[in-house]
Amino acid sequence: MSKQDGGQELISRRALLSMIGKVAGGSAMYTAMNAMGFAAESPYAGRLNLQGAPKGTTILVLGAGVTGLVAAFELRNAGYQVKVLEYNNRAGGRAWTLRGGDEYTELGGFTQRCEFDKGLYINPGPWRIPYHHYGILDYAKRLGVPLEPFIQVNYNAYLHSKKAYGGVPQRFRHVQTDYQGHVAELLSKAVNKNQLDQAVTTEDKEKLLASLRSWGALDKDNRYLASHESSGRRGYDVPPGGGLMPKPVPSQPLALSELLQSGLWAHLAQGNDQTHHSAIFQPVGGMDQIAQAIYRQVADLVQFNAKVTKIEQSERGVTVSYTDSAGGNLQQTKADWCVCTIPLSILSQIDITVGAAMLDAIQAVPYEASVKVGLQFKRRFWEQDDSIYGGISYTDMPIQMVSYPSTGYGSPGKGVMLGAYIWGPNAYEFTSLEPKERVRLAVHYGSKIHPQYLQEFETGVAVGWHRVPWTNGCFGNWSEAARTQHYKNLCQIDGRIVLAGEHASLIPAWQEGAVLSAHDAISRLHAQIKSKA
Amino acid sequence: MKAIIFCRALALQLGCATLLSLTPALVHADDPVLPPISEGWRFIEQDGPSLYRAICQGCHMPDGQGAKGAGMYPALANNPRLAASPYIVYNVLHGRHGMPGFGNFLSDAQVATVANYVRSNMGNHYSDAVSAADVAKLR
Repeated sequence: MSKQDGGQELISRRALLSMIGKVAGGSAMYTAMNAMGFAAESPYAGRLNLQGAPKGTTILVLGAGVTGLVAAFELRNAGYQVKVLEYNNRAGGRAWTLRGGDEYTELGGFTQRCEFDKGLYINPGPWRIPYHHYGILDYAKRLGVPLEPFIQVNYNAYLHSKKAYGGVPQRFRHVQTDYQGHVAELLSKAVNKNQLDQAVTTEDKEKLLASLRSWGALDKDNRYLASHESSGRRGYDVPPGGGLMPKPVPSQPLALSELLQSGLWAHLAQGNDQTHHSAIFQPVGGMDQIAQAIYRQVADLVQFNAKVTKIEQSERGVTVSYTDSAGGNLQQTKADWCVCTIPLSILSQIDITVGAAMLDAIQAVPYEASVKVGLQFKRRFWEQDDSIYGGISYTDMPIQMVSYPSTGYGSPGKGVMLGAYIWGPNAYEFTSLEPKERVRLAVHYGSKIHPQYLQEFETGVAVGWHRVPWTNGCFGNWSEAARTQHYKNLCQIDGRIVLAGEHASLIPAWQEGAVLSAHDAISRLHAQIKSKA
Repeated sequence: MKAIIFCRALALQLGCATLLSLTPALVHADDPVLPPISEGWRFIEQDGPSLYRAICQGCHMPDGQGAKGAGMYPALANNPRLAASPYIVYNVLHGRHGMPGFGNFLSDAQVATVANYVRSNMGNHYSDAVSAADVAKLR
């Protein structure tokens, strides 16, 4: 205890933080998994209203993913003559949904045919849209794409570790309530024993204790016990009923030491990231729906099956060479300007006439490994047996998480779960396997959380992003050093070419990054074109 | 238990079908043969073929033949660029263009092992082996 200004007794904030840190910890895996979640609120400035395109000015857009589609839509609205070249036979890029009947051939020639029932799907790429991703949400709104809530945090989903609780998955509500309760009790004790020595005043101590009772579901004596307070959060052993049903029996909290040793607390903060806050959404019917809605606005501008092989510019214009996706039928097209949204993993292999600074930037960004597996089951056992409606269960097994569909609750028929969403070394290991082997492993590991898997599994699809023929990876994983050195150079207009995409944004891997990059790039391009006209 | 693990390891090396048929009593139906899989953010694989499968094969393909799509992955098979060992060691550690670096996931010995494997297999015959100490210098 120490005395500071005015003689108030203070508890050190640093001591508090350090104590919380010791209890809460934080693993390298958890940090790394969230490397793409650092972005804060979107600085979307509202709808573009570009006007006054010089008559007859042509712009070539390379790529019909979210960035390219947004660019084409807005540039045509501004009065430009726009053409879009796209490698795939569909629009949307990574805003992609696999449904029954879809066929997907990955690099190496491994072909999967998705056998899901009608209406069931998996999103191999983006799968959720935070409420503050104003740009992509605004396109959904103006184009009438219906959204529904995506369940991020489900208190009845599981947290699982191979080594903890004998491998038996624990309910999120138990882990969270008990973790908070124990930590609150510990802190209360420390406060009452005057063990915290600075920076929290005597007045604040009382408030702190009251807040800990509230936050931790403690009793009036600051104890965390089996009680109505704690069971109101974690659930009762015998829940309150009606009439002459038995009296409610509170449930017993998990013991502190075992809970800490379990490591399950590492998953509690997932929903605290702003990119995961409620409300968070998904388009009804699949993540490709927003991109498809934009595509319908510009479908007449888009040429599919076009593989860009060379991008040349002179003072007079841009010439792009392309073949069909198999490499035949070499053609050229010309435009006054070019918006190139090709992922840097691909663009770094294409001959492009830009300055050394932009070339260096194009080559500076590695693409991340990630794998998703979609599994169809004969029935929605997670709802019927486990009362889990949407949300995510986390595990320390290689599949890392499973997610339950945030739609179609209570349907009597089949259902599709996300059976794996993998990052890090396991993502490389899974990518190297044949698709059917990835599915087999996802079923094997998932059955440790849900034994019903073994009876109910029917069919699955698996996407390893390094095997995706049009991105060679999941997203542009900028290092801090590369950002400092190259990011501005990547985003500058080089002569008649500007680059855009999630890789040219500070919200990597999110569709919002794609939208904001498109808006920023074409606004600057438009200003430059007008200033030269 | 040790016998089971040993058989699984052998089964992976030799192709599981034959071996499984010889040792049915040792394998439970609900406990299938699994490939080696890492824990956390370090690769557990130690030998050349396993490291190649875990790290390289996803992009450069099972026989090192590379792949072509909108872009490409270069073939590692019969690749004269591998003549200079620092080239492959540096790229495994630090990445190259879109390729991620693996330095944080691997020990020096693992990097040396996978580099030596690639440089002496798949049609490559470079006999000057890389050591862990060589790798350390390029970190």
